[in-house]
Amino acid sequence: MRVLTAVIAIAFGILILLGYFLPQAAIIQTILLNWAVILTGVAALVGLVNLMIVHMDKVRRSEKGSIYSAILVLVMVLTFFAGVILRPDHLLMRKVILDGIILPVEAMLMGLLTVTLLYAAIRMLRKRADVMGIVFILTAALLFLGSATLPFGDVPVFGTLIRPWFTQIFALGGARGILIGVALGTLVTGLRVLFGMDRPYGGK
Amino acid sequence: MIALSILILAAVLLVVITFWKRRSPARLRDIPAFTRLIRAVGLSIEDGRRLHISLGHGSLLDARGGSALAALATLRIIAERTSVSDMPSVASAGDPTLGLLTQDTIQAGYKAANVDELYVPTTGRVTGLTPFSYAAGAMHIANNENVSTNILLGHFGAEAGLLADTSDRDHVTLIGASDNLTGQAILYASSQDALIGEELFAAGAYLGGDPAHTASLTVQDILRWLVIAALSVGAGLKLVGAF
Repeated sequence: MRVLTAVIAIAFGILILLGYFLPQAAIIQTILLNWAVILTGVAALVGLVNLMIVHMDKVRRSEKGSIYSAILVLVMVLTFFAGVILRPDHLLMRKVILDGIILPVEAMLMGLLTVTLLYAAIRMLRKRADVMGIVFILTAALLFLGSATLPFGDVPVFGTLIRPWFTQIFALGGARGILIGVALGTLVTGLRVLFGMDRPYGGK
Repeated sequence: MIALSILILAAVLLVVITFWKRRSPARLRDIPAFTRLIRAVGLSIEDGRRLHISLGHGSLLDARGGSALAALATLRIIAERTSVSDMPSVASAGDPTLGLLTQDTIQAGYKAANVDELYVPTTGRVTGLTPFSYAAGAMHIANNENVSTNILLGHFGAEAGLLADTSDRDHVTLIGASDNLTGQAILYASSQDALIGEELFAAGAYLGGDPAHTASLTVQDILRWLVIAALSVGAGLKLVGAF
């Protein structure tokens, strides 16, 4: 079984990869990716069932924070059946579930993040008061000063000279360096999986 | 043509260097975050608290899958080492397929440690399908499940800030790396020992993975030098007006 799963994974990986280089293989690549999308949908259902089991177990054992688990399970079941009966494009689903609950909650978390990041910057100096930490904070402060919208327009020098210089030279160069490193890491990790050296599907 | 050449070169180098590394063990430079991670794995067994490994929300169907696969390789090693602990490690993911692989990987770790009867399927979870819902679910684990260390490896954006804040409030050690620039900046500011860029992909090698992991670091180094050479030559030619 282990060998079979490895052979299937490697064969399909090679077929997908060939799709990027051979036009003939691109058709197979599209079909395989469509299959993968369907499997992702099934995996989402499995993930939701798994999440429900975890939280029902918490409620059963009256663990810390189990009231939140109970609310989560209840809302999950209600949303699931409402979606199945009414269909996702029903006005009630869009207005109540999406526009009324999901989007405001995500927006709230985004707002919370703003405060969290400000606090993280302050905390950073406590945790790591080294040269790089100070440079990080000073650079962030300079860029904020340069991009601040003020009643009288841009802050002279900061908005017109320092910020563009930092973002276009230092930040862009650093970002490209990091992204090249990540791309190389992704390439080699992908090859490791393709050759069966890493088997994240339980074979090894 | 260039892409195919790089791919073939990387593949040949990986195979050759993997065989070479089997004979001569690798020497790795010290990265404080990995030293902390190794210590956290050991301590979690001793003090009866669990590790929470969060694998981000990178989909395996696009370019973000690379970081997810690297995180799975790390999870496999951690799961094997902490499988006999009273408080087994918990992993969370923000993508359905990654969630399935998370469960499979943890189970593989338990099998490798010959304790597969101790495996609990609910230790690998999909906590949400959007970045913020995933972060909210992962924060719940970090808050309520007696976690000693939060390990964030994979694709994280701005939502990493929420997870980092939870770690700080609970006085839990945070080790984090993301392939996303926003996530990386936030984790750099939030964690004590930051992991930058491709260091995310080195976790397996530092945790004592097989020779393929150390070989892949060498291949990355060789390719990086080739990129540096190409950039330098290109800049030089542009400077002299060759093109």
